[in-house]
Amino acid sequence: MSKLTLEALRKLRDAKRKEMNQRDTSAKEIHIVVGMGTCGIAAGAKETLNALVDAVSAQKLGNVLVRQTGCMGLCHSEPTVEVAVPGMPRVIYGRVKAEQAAAIVEQHVVGKHLLDSHILDRPAVDVMR
Amino acid sequence: MSYKQFVLVCGGTGCESGHSGQLVDNLRKEIEAAGLSKTVQVVRTGCLGFCEKGPIVKVLPEETFYVTVKPEDARELVREHLVKGRPVTRLLYDRRQSRAYIGLDNIDFYQNQFRIVLRNCGIIDPDKIDEYIARDGYRALEKVLFEMSPDDVIRELEKSGLRGRGGAGFPTFRKWQFTKLVEADQKYVICNADEGDPGAYMDRSTLEGDPHSVLEAMIIAGKTVGSNQGYIYIRAEYPLAITRLETAIAQARAYGLLGRNILGSGFSFDIELRLGAGAFVCGEETALLASVEGKRGTPSPRPPFPAVRGLWGKPTVINNVETYANIPVILLKGGEWFGKIGTATSKGTKVFALTGKINNSGLIEVPMGTTLRQIIFDIGGGIRGGRTFKAAQTGGPSGGVIPPEFLDTPIDYENLGKIGSIMGSGGLIVMDDTDCIVDVAKFYLDFTVDESCGKCAPCRIGGRTLFNYLDKISSGKGTLEDIERMKDVCQAMQRASLCGLGQTAPNPILSTLRYFLDEYKEHIEQRKCRAVKCKKLLRYSIDPVKCVGCTACARVCPVKAISGERKKTHVIDAATCIQCGQCFEVCKFRAVQKA
Repeated sequence: MSKLTLEALRKLRDAKRKEMNQRDTSAKEIHIVVGMGTCGIAAGAKETLNALVDAVSAQKLGNVLVRQTGCMGLCHSEPTVEVAVPGMPRVIYGRVKAEQAAAIVEQHVVGKHLLDSHILDRPAVDVMR
Repeated sequence: MSYKQFVLVCGGTGCESGHSGQLVDNLRKEIEAAGLSKTVQVVRTGCLGFCEKGPIVKVLPEETFYVTVKPEDARELVREHLVKGRPVTRLLYDRRQSRAYIGLDNIDFYQNQFRIVLRNCGIIDPDKIDEYIARDGYRALEKVLFEMSPDDVIRELEKSGLRGRGGAGFPTFRKWQFTKLVEADQKYVICNADEGDPGAYMDRSTLEGDPHSVLEAMIIAGKTVGSNQGYIYIRAEYPLAITRLETAIAQARAYGLLGRNILGSGFSFDIELRLGAGAFVCGEETALLASVEGKRGTPSPRPPFPAVRGLWGKPTVINNVETYANIPVILLKGGEWFGKIGTATSKGTKVFALTGKINNSGLIEVPMGTTLRQIIFDIGGGIRGGRTFKAAQTGGPSGGVIPPEFLDTPIDYENLGKIGSIMGSGGLIVMDDTDCIVDVAKFYLDFTVDESCGKCAPCRIGGRTLFNYLDKISSGKGTLEDIERMKDVCQAMQRASLCGLGQTAPNPILSTLRYFLDEYKEHIEQRKCRAVKCKKLLRYSIDPVKCVGCTACARVCPVKAISGERKKTHVIDAATCIQCGQCFEVCKFRAVQKA
């Protein structure tokens, strides 16, 4: 990382924005995002994250990225995990303990169908879009 | 096998009672009958948070949102929407219904929340500055450094109507204006991240999930008022937020977004952290300044205000985390855009920490003007266990309670003030019929007594006096005269305390007396606690029908108040009983009752 000029900042923003948009549309990459605010961690999000990483490598999936984010605000259902599989809608799962992590990878990521009972709604529209 | 469409049916408690389970079954049958079971999946979800209009059905990927869907509607939904591709208009959510507080035309959504402050939380990785930058991060800073003058910035803030989100609601543009106008060789920008209210964690989540939003805003503040040094005063009890901030600051410095000659503009600004040490009073701005200066955290009289004479006697802007988090969006989308959200006097949104006896507890952000009913029963999913709503507490130890008669009050600074509470920093605690109102007042006074710095007599002595009265009342030793004495002390504290802690400490008492006087009187005149909460007023007894004489209770009673032979009904002697509750805990037959 080196100090940015105005030019460089703008280039970086455009490049990164394209990259993040591609994730939603044509992407080949699958994203699994785990909420890692204090509420999530208190509910076991670290174990969930590890279980997801383990499940992904057990299934030998090469194009899956497991990421972290802050609090989604759905504190009543932590740990929360958002799954973005290309061709499927993005959904947020709540109450994902380590046990459900394996199911998410098997049924949603590989099997391409949603899991019953755990889905929650994104609480608001994206103001930055 | 890949599904093309997904039909999500809300399986939350509210929708369950509207037979969403049956709806799921019917949908699956209809989809099977229409030959679509390989292309459409029906899924039962958790609570989608729109409970008053349930059962909810959402169709993806088209994001069609249906409300009040009955099991009988399954056939029409499948045939019209899934087979023919024509949404069923009579079941669609009418967006015009409750979007009164957002006057923006091209925002199309159904959710009750509108996330400006929390725009990136839950979406970006807070440890990756690039992700913040990708979502227009530091673009507002570009504008401020290269396209806008400090007066332009102040003008946009004025148009926006942004008021301080720490609780006082002072117009932000005016505070920055005061500081900008003072001539001084050094000025400071401070972010108050002390967040001491019990039950409030809005600022913590913002800092953990999107630290750069605050950093960017502070640099902007520095450029506007003429300061090159910022401090974030954050309570030590937030270790994760501290780590995330440290990472964010390091990354910003590496990119030259903090430090000398930012982006080649000639403007320099840097930020350091200062940690609190466990004192609620250090959230008060003058006590905060004392703490940063290395002194004991006690407040000082105002005027002079920090904006004119603050840190080390220099002009200082002090704003709350949430206030700062709004700034970049206001400058990018314009003050006018922001001003279209909210009510006439209170613009924008407010983040609330919705906690207590509520189903969907969590962090919400709603436009000002949203009603308490929408927050508790729609977003919140109603009261846990189906119990009755008693009151909502806002403003923490400085606030008051809102009883059911005000559920439809649009929430803004003025309206909350009128009904005897305050907006506060955003804690919103929901209470049901098992919460004792005297106990709630006592809890808050216990807190403020503990946190009082002790510098001024009204707070130091008055607070303790109030707590003692409440303790008396909750122990069954209170008199009606005590209520009048409490009111006197409350008045004295409000008028004569040196800072906001003492001035507002009486609020929980005054507010609960205003709306729940009967409950106080019950404690005094009948020595009864209807919520079965106040320990000293509980009467433990044994139900002779359920008691099997196992002697478990008699054996654990520390004062030998329970008598009875084996296999015969046991009896508790009320005079000896010290209400410790051990018998209640130990009885496997639920024979011990408390009332």
